Amino acid sequence: MQTKSAARNIFYGGSLFFLLIFFGLTFHSHRYIVNTATNAATLTEGVARGKKIWEDKSCVNCHTILGEGAYFAPELGNVWVRYGGKDNPEGAREALKSWMKNQPTGIAGRRQMPQFNLSDKELDDLADFLKWVSTIDTNGWPPNDAG
Amino acid sequence: MKYETQKIAMAYFAVAMGLFAIQVLGGLLAGYIYIAPNFLSDLMPFNVVRMLHTNALVVWLLLGFFGATYYLVPEESEREIYSPKIAYLQLALLVFGTLGAVVTYVFNLFEGNFFLGLQGREFLEQPLWVKLGIVVAALMFLYNVTMTVLQGRKTAITNVLLLGLWGIAIFFLFGLYVPDNLALDKMYWWYVVHLWVEGTWELVMASILAFLMLKLTGVDREVVEKWIYVIVALSLFSGVLGTGHHYYWIGTPKYWTWIGSIFSAMEVVPFFVMVLFSFTMVWKGGREHPNKAAVLWALGAAVMAFFGAGVWGFMHTLHGVNYYTHGTQITPAHGHLAFFGAYVSINLAIITYAMPYLLKREPYNQVLNMVSFWIMNSSMAFMTFVLTFAGAIQTHLQRVNGEAYMDVQDQLHLFYIMRFGAGAVFVIGAVLFIYAIFVPRKELISAGAPAAAE
Repeated sequence: MQTKSAARNIFYGGSLFFLLIFFGLTFHSHRYIVNTATNAATLTEGVARGKKIWEDKSCVNCHTILGEGAYFAPELGNVWVRYGGKDNPEGAREALKSWMKNQPTGIAGRRQMPQFNLSDKELDDLADFLKWVSTIDTNGWPPNDAG
Repeated sequence: MKYETQKIAMAYFAVAMGLFAIQVLGGLLAGYIYIAPNFLSDLMPFNVVRMLHTNALVVWLLLGFFGATYYLVPEESEREIYSPKIAYLQLALLVFGTLGAVVTYVFNLFEGNFFLGLQGREFLEQPLWVKLGIVVAALMFLYNVTMTVLQGRKTAITNVLLLGLWGIAIFFLFGLYVPDNLALDKMYWWYVVHLWVEGTWELVMASILAFLMLKLTGVDREVVEKWIYVIVALSLFSGVLGTGHHYYWIGTPKYWTWIGSIFSAMEVVPFFVMVLFSFTMVWKGGREHPNKAAVLWALGAAVMAFFGAGVWGFMHTLHGVNYYTHGTQITPAHGHLAFFGAYVSINLAIITYAMPYLLKREPYNQVLNMVSFWIMNSSMAFMTFVLTFAGAIQTHLQRVNGEAYMDVQDQLHLFYIMRFGAGAVFVIGAVLFIYAIFVPRKELISAGAPAAAE
């Protein structure tokens, strides 16, 4: 009986201890994300609308974003960089938009991306979102532009 | 079955098995799309198929947990469930919500609507109305079960189970928070996903496992209860800060690379202790329980959870490794074996144990059930090996050499064919299991029959 109640008390006390540390650290991380790792000034309404489109179309169930999602299609956290958006933002934006407009390719044996019929404004929002995501400080991940 | 209300579990298990079938068929279809990408690409794109596969899994595992709770709480608390009516109403609500989610995904209804449309965050795609329905159902469930436990005998098994179930409900609430900042979104998203599967669900698993050991081996309750507190203590001590292994690359501070690596590396320990626990109990216990299949599934759950969640998790959890493997096929290799080994297997174990009592049969023809155990375990192991090799190659070609994603995927084709084969065999095992628990009844297989030799 002695050891059982000791084990129980260690479980309750220890779990509470680790949970409190965890909540404290996530509180700090929340502030770090908002103030340091991401840019609040560039998080425009367009970026927010683009994120909503990303969610409405369930993009994450084919693509990964910052490595999380489905593994069926390329990583998009750095797609802006991969498309050369750092040096030529207009070129990257046009390339993204024309890619979206030309799906699906219908090529046999090639993975197919649906046609989402986004308006020009929606495509711009989506590009804004992907551009903003590429500016998150991710500790240097991914290792290269291939994502 | 000593208590009348335990039969509530039957309804939950039946719906769970229906969704299990949908889940594995969805998985098979997704696996087929990998090798024949044009298949159904207009009618049902891959992202919809995947939502069905993952959502059906999560919902049926939860229904299994609910069913297991309704089955074991009366025996532990030594009283009937507080309100069977609430229990059935809760199930009806969950079934309605599940159907609503499926219809929304498949027909892409109310796209963009904040209340009725899908919310495309991984695993939490359910429309808001379904999420709120889940919260209501969870509250009904917790009220019902808590009332039962409070009025009855209190045991370590019900303590830990209730704590796990309350935790599941509380952490789910973080899924309702969707900030515009993707990094924040991800940090709180893991509050649901990680603190479920590497936290609260482990409490539920440990208590179901403890209940099974108590019933199947005849070991003293006192011994079982000491083990269960050790297991869940190790789970939460490692698992809570182990959340940090998801905070390496999403915009969170750098200190998580160390906290996450150290604590998540220790997440293997509770799973190893579960292996020690279950094998020790079976060896030490004097009882020769006639339900050999339930013993097999319970031991299988401990072992496969150790490999899937423990070993395969450890394989890519250190940040130096994860930098290269994050988001490659290594992740689904780990994900498949971990979910199957831990949560699918513990559910199938309690279902295998409870069904003969619920159907008022002797532990009947278990040969088919045990055959299905070996089919599912070997095919899932094969799938895991195949995806692990695919992931290792992908990591090298894409993350080290920098080859483009799709060029690398084309080189993995052979592995995806083998994964599909493994999936097809797994579906056969799953169908056989469902058949084996519901249908056969005539033959009574005695202890020590050929199947035991396996």
